[in-house]
Order: sequence, then C-alpha cells, then structure tokens
Amino acid sequence: MQPGSSASDSPARPAGSTQAVDGRPMTPRPTVEVTRAPAEAEEHLVVKSRAEGLSFYYGAVRALKDLNIEIREKRVTALIGPSGCGKTTFLRCFNRMHDLTPGTRYEGRILLFPDSIDLVDKGVDPIEVRMRIGMVFQKPNPFPKTIFENVAYGLRVRGMRSSARIEEEVERALRRAAIWDEVKDRMDDSGLSLSGGQQQRLCIARALATNPEILLFDEPTSALDPIATARIEELIAELRDQVTVIIVTHNMQQAARVSDYTAFMYLGELVEFDNTSKLFTNPSQKATEDYITGRYG
Amino acid sequence: MHATTTEASLQQIRADVSRRKVLDQIFVMVGLLVMFSALLVLVILFLDLVQTGAPKLNWDFLTSFPSRKAERAGILSAWVGTSLIMLTTAAVTMPIGVAAAIYLEEYAPKNWLTAIIEINVTNLAGVPSIIYGLLALGLFVYQFNLGQSIATAGLTLSLLILPIVIVATREALRAVPRAIREAAYALGATRWEVTAHHVLPYSTGGILTGMIIGLSRAIGETAPLITIGALSFIAFLPESPFKGEFPFFSFAWLGEAFTAMPIQMFNWVSRPDPAFQVNAAAAGAILLGMTLLMNGIAIYVRYRFRKRINW
Repeated sequence: MQPGSSASDSPARPAGSTQAVDGRPMTPRPTVEVTRAPAEAEEHLVVKSRAEGLSFYYGAVRALKDLNIEIREKRVTALIGPSGCGKTTFLRCFNRMHDLTPGTRYEGRILLFPDSIDLVDKGVDPIEVRMRIGMVFQKPNPFPKTIFENVAYGLRVRGMRSSARIEEEVERALRRAAIWDEVKDRMDDSGLSLSGGQQQRLCIARALATNPEILLFDEPTSALDPIATARIEELIAELRDQVTVIIVTHNMQQAARVSDYTAFMYLGELVEFDNTSKLFTNPSQKATEDYITGRYG
Repeated sequence: MHATTTEASLQQIRADVSRRKVLDQIFVMVGLLVMFSALLVLVILFLDLVQTGAPKLNWDFLTSFPSRKAERAGILSAWVGTSLIMLTTAAVTMPIGVAAAIYLEEYAPKNWLTAIIEINVTNLAGVPSIIYGLLALGLFVYQFNLGQSIATAGLTLSLLILPIVIVATREALRAVPRAIREAAYALGATRWEVTAHHVLPYSTGGILTGMIIGLSRAIGETAPLITIGALSFIAFLPESPFKGEFPFFSFAWLGEAFTAMPIQMFNWVSRPDPAFQVNAAAAGAILLGMTLLMNGIAIYVRYRFRKRINW
C-alpha cells in the first residue's frame, strides 16, 4: 500500500497509552497523519512498525505490560524511563534478541510494515527478523577482526561474494557512519584498535551496511565520553532521513536532542508517548512530568 | 587548624597504614615460600634425573634400540612410539572433544539430561587411568580386534584426556563475551555461523592450550598402556607414516606393536642391574623435558592469542 492511500481513516496519533489499541483489523495501514511539532505543518508519515498489546515474560515475571505504540518511518523514536522500566527489554523485542535467552515469552504483536509481518510471532524466524532490523549495543562490541571485516560481516552472512561489491558497500556504510576518513587508511587494523567512540561508530557502520529497515540503539553513548557522545548524536540526527531509528536512552537531554517522538516507560508500562517537544514541555501524565523534572529516576 | 595538628594526624595515618600493611607482607612471604617449595621439588627431581642419567644423555641414546646390554640400550623405539601415539591421540581427541564441547556449550538445551552429561564429563576427568586401560583392553583389543597396537594406545589415551579437553574447551568458549555473540546474532547470523565465524576462532588459543595440557597428561601415562599390552622390548620401528611415492603417507603403523617412553622407563627401573637405572633416569629426564616443552608451547600459544584478542 502506498503512503497516503489510506490516510483518510487514520486519525492523528500518538497519544497517551490510555487510548492505545483500537482493535482495527490488522490489514496494513501504513500511513497516518501526525503533527511533528505544534508549529510545523502537518506531514504525511508512514507507520513503520506498531506494537499491539505487547507483553513480555522472563519466566513468570511480566516485564512488559500491554504496550501499544506506533513507530514512524524515517523518524527517531526515543524510549526513556528510570532503570528497570523495561525500555531495553522492549527494544530487544524488535529484533527478537530475547529468543537467545531460554524461558522468555512474547504476547501480543509487533507489526512491521509495509508487509504486516508480526515480528514476535513464533512462526517468524528470528534470523529473518534480524536480517531486516539492525542493532547497536550499549557497549561498543566490534569483532576482534579487521575494520573491513567488521563491516563486511553482515554482507557476507547475506551471501554477498563479489569482493568489489563488498568493498563498495563497506565504504558506503563507513561514510554513512561518519568514520570513513578516520579508518580508510587502516582498514586491515583490528576493530579493537580504535577508540571507544570510533568503535561505536564502526558498530553503527556494521549495522548500516546491510541496509536495515529499522536501526535499534540501546543506550549507545552510555560508555562514551561527552565528545564521542556528541558525534554519535550528530550521526543519529543525520541518519534520521535514511532509516527508522528507535533509541533507548537514560539521558533525557539526549532524547530531547535526537528524537522526534519520545515514549516514557515506567514499571514495564508505556506511560506516555508523544512528540518529543510536546512530551518534554507539556506532558499529559503526572508521572512523566515528575520524571522529566527530575523528581525521581 | 594548626600545622602541628595536621602533622600529628598525618603521622597517625602513616602508622596505621604501615601496621595494616604488615599483614600484606606476611602473605607475600607465605605465598613465595609455598610457591618455591612446590617448584623446588620439581627442579630437584629434574636435576637429579639429569645428573644420574648424564652418561646416557647423548645422541646415541636417542638413536639406539633397547638392548640387553645397558650401555648399548637406547630409546629410539620408545620415543618414536610415544610420538606416534600422541599423534593418534591428538587426531582423535581434537575433533571429538571440540565438537562435544561446542554442542554442550552452544547447542544443548539446559535440562536435567544435559546436566547429568555435564556432571559425568567432569567426573570422568577423575577416573583412575587404569580403569581406562581395562575398558580399552575389553573394547578396542578384544571387541574391535584392534590388537595391542598404536591405534589402541592412541584411542585409549584419547578416552583418558577427552574429559580434560572438553572441560577446557567449554571454558574457552564461555570466555567469548556475550556481547560478541549478540553482535553477530543481531546481524542475522545463524547459530552455526556465530559458532564457526566468531566463537571458535576467538577461543582457539584456549582450546589449543587445553589440548596440549591434555596431551602432556597423556604422554606420561603408563598404567593404561601396560593394561592393553604394550611391549617393553621392541627392536624395530613401525612403518614410516611418510612414503616416497604416491600417496606419500601410510597408516600401516597404526596396526603395529609399540612401546612408549614411560613403558621403557618402567622396564629399566625394574631391572636389578644398576646400569639400567642410569638409562631410566636419562629417559625420565627426556620425558620430563618433552612434557615441559609441550606446556611451554601451551603457554606461548595462549600468550599469542591473548595478545591478539583483548576484549
């Protein structure tokens, strides 16, 4: 379905979790109109993914409770909240990372558009999901291989054999991750020889090389110094036009700086989801206001 | 605050610190003492062997067959036998041990069955080696008709060190950080790709170390080899594994009778003629040297791989 084709039946969202799922049929409904910021003109935005009644269990512990949220294409959505609120757990549902831990269980759906595949459906292979959705982790985790091989790995897994193609794609990914100039003369050095901030940008390049539809960031700057952090934030801002980004951050200023939408989570629930500027200046929930004004967390 | 007060309290702090550091120093002393007494025993043993065996520690000793005359006897068939047995053991243990460890560590579901298997593998490392000898006598020699051969010896010692290699390999696999596995999974790799492209290459150092430590345990084993019927007097060499013509190698040696370094030593030690004691000491020094060399290689390999990969 093309963007705009069903815009008429799509009321503007997001809003608080209280008015979340509406039980519409699960046909692809890729477009929705939102106001990005009060001052801006309304724009047509495609919904890239939608969680519907998502719950997640570690054994008997219910870590996520009935989450409903829409992720918009080529926008940055930030997940914030105090430690243990489930924001990382939620993020890791998108690429089925929890499947690596025995005794975990998903309930509800995360639809990925345009093809309306349910990412957490048991029948959907987690490897297929991870082929489409990339991830950057909290601590930079380059492979102890060369810089080139780090970026090329995802391409090789996807069966790319032509070394010319691979070289081309590796360069493109490194350029997109704004690290090409720093590493172009040392492609055969170990990825571990880079500084922390460079390693993290290398990991971003590695994730970008395979052209993911959504890129997940799990507190990508928590192990980095302020200068390296600023570079990563700049980079995320640049990526906004190319890829859908979901970022978990414990740093509210970072959420305010890099994101278009922000979701505030607390105790495994989605408390509020709105335009970032709206959520930070005029939150509708008391808990959100308490958190962003630093009363707890 | 007066300067004198600060001065006084500073002295108090220093006195307190030095009092507490006495314990530190006592522990250092105890540690050094314990360590050196352990090392000293080994060094004295080695020097004693070298000193006693000195007259025989020469090239002729290595290139002569055993003989009834102590002064003409050598260890040629023994060290060749030991080398071929080690080769067989390594070739059998490496694939089986590493594959078993990969399965247990990366693939096996966590349930009571795998828990029992794990406990048993660990326990097997503690089974007396003569038990393995008895098992091999019944299984390899009589059941599989492999005879009292190098193949039987290699398989027996392989059984003996498999638990060691499996446990060491699992440790090495476990040392690969979860973050690295997750990075590979997140790129869409399958479990096998994560194992083959990442976990195995990054743990090679640890796996090789475990392998060599297992082999240096096997090289000194005597009891199981006696049980399966190693000969103590062999005046010929097995057929060479390398051939002048195509296909350039042969496995005929696998089926031949053998002796090994510890067997040869055992045989000489039990002779009444004191001249043979010199031979035994010299063989012992060489065997110990072989073991130390293997352990040295293990340390070097580990060092090389650690240097390349520091998480």
